[in-house]
Amino acid sequence: MSIFNPTRRGLIQTGVVAGAGLALPTYLRADAHSGFTNAPTGDTVTLGFNVPQTGPYADEGADELRAFQLAVEHLNGEGDGGMLQTFSSKALEGNGIMGKKVQYVSGDTQTKSDAARASAKSMIEKDGAIMISGGSSSGVAVAVQGLCQEAGVIFMAGLTHSNDTTGKDKKANGFRHFFNAYMSAAALAPVLKQLYGEDRAAYHLTADYTWGWTQQESIQAATEALGWSTVNDVRTPLAATDFSSYIAPVLNSGADVLILNHYGGNMVNSLTNAVQFGLRDKQVNGKNFEIVVPLYSELMARGAGENITGIVGSQNWDWKLENEKGARYAGTNAFVQSFGEKYGFPPSQAAQTCYAQTLLYADAVARGGSFNPCAVGEALAGFEFDGLGNGPTLYRADDHQCFKDVVVVRGKENPENEYDLVEIVEVTPAEQVTYPTDHPMFAGGDLGECNPGA
Amino acid sequence: MDAILLQLLNGLDKGSAYALIALGLTLIFGTLGVVNFAHGAIFMIGSFCAVTLSKIFALSHKAAEPSGKDFLGNPKYDDVLYITEWFGEDIGNWMIDWSVPLAILFAIPIMLLIGYIMERGLIKHFYKRPHADQILVTFGLAIVLQEVIKYFYGANPIPTASPEALRGSFDFGVLIGFEPNAIIYPVWRLVYFAFSALIIGAVFAFLQFTTFGMVVRAGMADRETVGLLGINIDKRFTIMFGIAAAVAGLAGVMYAPINSPNYHMGMDFLVLSFVVVVVGGMGSLPGAVLAGFLLGIVESFASMNEIKAIIPGIDQIIIYVVAIVILLTRPRGLMGRKGVMEE
Repeated sequence: MSIFNPTRRGLIQTGVVAGAGLALPTYLRADAHSGFTNAPTGDTVTLGFNVPQTGPYADEGADELRAFQLAVEHLNGEGDGGMLQTFSSKALEGNGIMGKKVQYVSGDTQTKSDAARASAKSMIEKDGAIMISGGSSSGVAVAVQGLCQEAGVIFMAGLTHSNDTTGKDKKANGFRHFFNAYMSAAALAPVLKQLYGEDRAAYHLTADYTWGWTQQESIQAATEALGWSTVNDVRTPLAATDFSSYIAPVLNSGADVLILNHYGGNMVNSLTNAVQFGLRDKQVNGKNFEIVVPLYSELMARGAGENITGIVGSQNWDWKLENEKGARYAGTNAFVQSFGEKYGFPPSQAAQTCYAQTLLYADAVARGGSFNPCAVGEALAGFEFDGLGNGPTLYRADDHQCFKDVVVVRGKENPENEYDLVEIVEVTPAEQVTYPTDHPMFAGGDLGECNPGA
Repeated sequence: MDAILLQLLNGLDKGSAYALIALGLTLIFGTLGVVNFAHGAIFMIGSFCAVTLSKIFALSHKAAEPSGKDFLGNPKYDDVLYITEWFGEDIGNWMIDWSVPLAILFAIPIMLLIGYIMERGLIKHFYKRPHADQILVTFGLAIVLQEVIKYFYGANPIPTASPEALRGSFDFGVLIGFEPNAIIYPVWRLVYFAFSALIIGAVFAFLQFTTFGMVVRAGMADRETVGLLGINIDKRFTIMFGIAAAVAGLAGVMYAPINSPNYHMGMDFLVLSFVVVVVGGMGSLPGAVLAGFLLGIVESFASMNEIKAIIPGIDQIIIYVVAIVILLTRPRGLMGRKGVMEE
């Protein structure tokens, strides 16, 4: 008599149990013994790059992906090393991360929170990604950051500018290198005072979602502190394409400054409409009418064409920084050289922040001596570094926000080519854009505990 | 008062685009009975005709001698435009400046051809299928077309300037007795409104005063009888599909300087244009034009701060509220005919 005597019921039961086991996310099964999600067991480690590959920010996503690919090459010891040569930390040796070759998978956020979460989830569960990075929207960043916290992997945010990402929605597993709306406002205020004076009346058009609200709140507070008055704040639908109905009331509102708290296609269209309505040629209250775009993007500046000329805004980084402002911004030229040689054009600020985030993650693993997200988080929290293009930078432990200089830019009068659309007006030192952890604009959140998953 | 007049102008301007797209949709529905969800994509392709002609005019070769250094410190060679080499500086620069109006001539044959290929290659196979099938296939086609455009032109908007002479704004208020600077309106938007009125007038004149138009109108009223008279009505309807595509395409060409073209712009207009068609009355050409302007004006007024202060968010829903009210009170729309879409 055989000890293996299969019955139909037994087969079904076994099948169900085995199937359920296989269906479990990877981070809930094989590597449970390691104590954290997706612990790398072989000689490779997988990173997940979640960028918009379709949808309105696909060009920014493509630039982010280029930067990620370059970072992976440099981490694996290929190419010229880029900013690894200038990075103040020397823990990375060009042999992958802790000797494991870096490979990556990419996902498409579509600039939609649900799609971004689904693609990040797939990269974590199916591809075994140990870190997720990228994105070009604060809504997406907040959603994916929450998912990474639940799954027990590190989230190194890409382009996200809302105060909420490291404010009320901050998470222990999430880290942001990019600057935020408060910092934009704090950097712009002194320049606006110098350029346009203290007696101004501002009219705000604001994209009606998390980023727009925090951007408007920040810039209104900063300009009112200068002595400016706020005539009106009009919320515009994110899906709006023609802003003429919102621009027309500005003409006779008594305002002499229009602040466009818009990004992406919204910014291109609202700025184009404002210029078409002759706002820039207008005189109000005995002053030239001015337009301010607090958050600049080179790719969007290209969309606005010559309308961007003379418009003031802020950036996280600019590819001309080291040439124009000196060795404090070391790393910029090394990155521009690597990126330019490989792709034929200079990198955008989205590319720079994604490249820096990848290096910072790898470096934290190397310094912490572990891929465990809690060890990585510990190594990143409070980390002071230099040589990644932004000058001396602090990854503040309290909220996982980077504090560094902010670049104030203006649309160039006579650009030499399509990559030379902005001129650097000033670089505002990090101290002037730093805020206390309990600042009201960032209140309400809690980092919580690091989650290693598994 | 000046704010109201400004919003009226805005409404007429928005309404121009709605009316032109809805006119094309109605032409196709009225003749072929097809609900064409790819019509917004045709509008978008029209805009990209303007972009393409600008890019063709900007074709260049590198100068023989370097003029400086590029961003990597390598020798930089300036671009030399073929158009200025071939036609001289004056004519070449004039063509570049006037590329959007010139794109009208460029777009007409292209749009007619695209319309013809769409109709013969795909849509004719769905004439006898339910409207749901037509919507699915044309919506799919729209997505394919926009992805093709994105592949070649990228996802970001591409600035396309109007001619220098037609940029800036015009003091419209002075013409009607207001103080200077009270009602300033962009010149190109006034041009767009005039252009739309011209195209709408031309389409109606074509249908009303030509033999071809008379046959098409007869076919729209009773296709079977016209066929029994020995007239090849199918061929004429195919041509009407091409004309409808050309109308939407021209609307897109002239819209390019108003908002930088992007691959998604067709979808942005499509839903609104369908609302316009339904409000105007399915199959009614005057209804489509009337509803286009009506909804454009209503939408503009709803964006006024004074209105939004009373009903927050009304600017985002007003078109649909008006559509509901009209369809409740006039189920066939403003000028709809009995029996259309009622089987």
